[in-house]
Amino acid sequence: MTDAPISRRALLAGAAGALGAHALRQAGLAQAPAPAAPPDPTKVPGQPTSALGQRSTFERPRRIPSGSGQGVSLSPLQDFCGIVTPADLHFERHHAGVPTIDPHRYKLLVHGMVERPVVFDLEALKRFPAVSRLHFIECSGNGSAGYRETRPDLSPQLVDGLTSTSEWTGVPLATLFREAGVKPGAKWFLAEGEDAAVMTRSIPIEKAWDDALIAYGQNGEALRPEQGYPARLLLPGWEGNANVKWLRRIEVADRPFMTREETSKYTDPLAHCTARMFSFVMDAKSIITFPAYPVTLPEKGWWEITGIAWSGRGRITRVDVSTDGGRRWAPAELQQPVFAKCHTRFRHLWNWDGTEATLSSRAVDETGYVQPTLEQLRKARGLGTHYHFNHIRAWRVRRDGVVSFEPEG
Amino acid sequence: MVVLALLGGGCGRRKAEAGPAAAPATFGLGRPATADEIKAWDIDVMPDGTGLPPGSGSPAQGAVLYERKCAACHGKTGTEGPADRLVAREPRQGFPFGRDPTLVKTIGNYWPYATTLYDYINRAMPLNAPGSLAPDEVYSLVAFLLWRNEIIASTAVMNAQTLPRVLMPAHDRFVLDNRRGGPEIR
Repeated sequence: MTDAPISRRALLAGAAGALGAHALRQAGLAQAPAPAAPPDPTKVPGQPTSALGQRSTFERPRRIPSGSGQGVSLSPLQDFCGIVTPADLHFERHHAGVPTIDPHRYKLLVHGMVERPVVFDLEALKRFPAVSRLHFIECSGNGSAGYRETRPDLSPQLVDGLTSTSEWTGVPLATLFREAGVKPGAKWFLAEGEDAAVMTRSIPIEKAWDDALIAYGQNGEALRPEQGYPARLLLPGWEGNANVKWLRRIEVADRPFMTREETSKYTDPLAHCTARMFSFVMDAKSIITFPAYPVTLPEKGWWEITGIAWSGRGRITRVDVSTDGGRRWAPAELQQPVFAKCHTRFRHLWNWDGTEATLSSRAVDETGYVQPTLEQLRKARGLGTHYHFNHIRAWRVRRDGVVSFEPEG
Repeated sequence: MVVLALLGGGCGRRKAEAGPAAAPATFGLGRPATADEIKAWDIDVMPDGTGLPPGSGSPAQGAVLYERKCAACHGKTGTEGPADRLVAREPRQGFPFGRDPTLVKTIGNYWPYATTLYDYINRAMPLNAPGSLAPDEVYSLVAFLLWRNEIIASTAVMNAQTLPRVLMPAHDRFVLDNRRGGPEIR
């Protein structure tokens, strides 16, 4: 890690460099177009009511998209407060673009090892008793930017922007499975999307009886097309890819299907010459979203360190914050209520004395799992592993207030 | 006042105003799926060959198709990209992907099941015309890619009987998730 100024050449080197430059352009309010604001808003009538609200012209949060139909877009974690991700800023990961699906022609087929193969249209799905729950979805590749090679000029968005939390509304998959009559001996089900990848994953049937949903609502309205309109599979706490969007078919079976996305992709090579498959659960993780690159703290004094923590295994029970590179830790305040398998906002008051500091956070979940250090994770998985990068992240604060990303917590 | 009256009446008559109805075992929503609509969508192929359609193809037939439909994205020999690299057997020993981040995962060194190739190509390739290939074409491309990865002979023909019997080099390398929460880092 170096304090040297980041050269334009370094920023523009490769795709990641281009992302860094883009983030710099997006950062802060200075670059936003000047909105027309009267000198004294109390002296002129305001704007009329409108059919569809818009953000303040002073606010310009943006995802960072990359790739084409098979690309991702990263969610601006540093721009959020609380735990909910605005639906138009939810991260994206698509395998063949965002399909356009007519809700009037939509149908969900449930077949295979069931007594009654059945088709539900959207109206039928919405007639079942519904539930609404707050859950995160995280791409299992999230956080790769900090695992092997890294740079100081990474923002929270560039480090961990592939996680988002929404209030999801839908019907429990268990309700649909009771409707179809799942046969004895069923152990897995295939979930298939209606996108051009016709994307498929095999899911253990226990998840259906536990907490899986067929979701059609997101933050109080219909799902966004990017999140699976008109209906998707939601597997709380499990890697994003398994939460199949634009869900059109569920086939119940007694064994997994071994699709491309659960064999050649989304498997985790381990240090001892094997690869882990069906590694669904996202382990506990946290990241400080302020102060973080590209912020510069203008002066010493009182600052609130804040960020998000989450675990696919249940509730976050504690987040520790360190301001000295992990030598001493103090418990942060958790925003209440804390939901299971959901982003949890933490806050920690810090009186910065103006000396160099390294800020890091460490999440603990209800199973007693403690977010590992980079060294612990590399030892357990190997340097070449892929997916599930949940090691401790840190931010270095220089004496002049400049903040940079630091992979070693 | 109305509320009070209702409450009073309810108390007096006991359970005259019922709470929410108990949920039934099933709701009778949705409609039976027809055999035809199941057949139209049920395209998945399993490792034992379940789901493979009639048809066949050889590496030679696949080579012609590959040149026309795949090479633009995956490279002339399946090694050039820019899309996923498809061909490579190296490293032949040890499966050291967890240790070495520079290794590229291919069909020949990483895919555990040959049937997955049929399933994936059939449903999602080519990228600009997904789902457009006939069974003979898919079998041919699968045969070509398996041959290029030195897994089957140049004369081998892939069909519903032969494909499930192809043993992939990485077949025994995959283990189930052993993470369970709690204090251990795995």
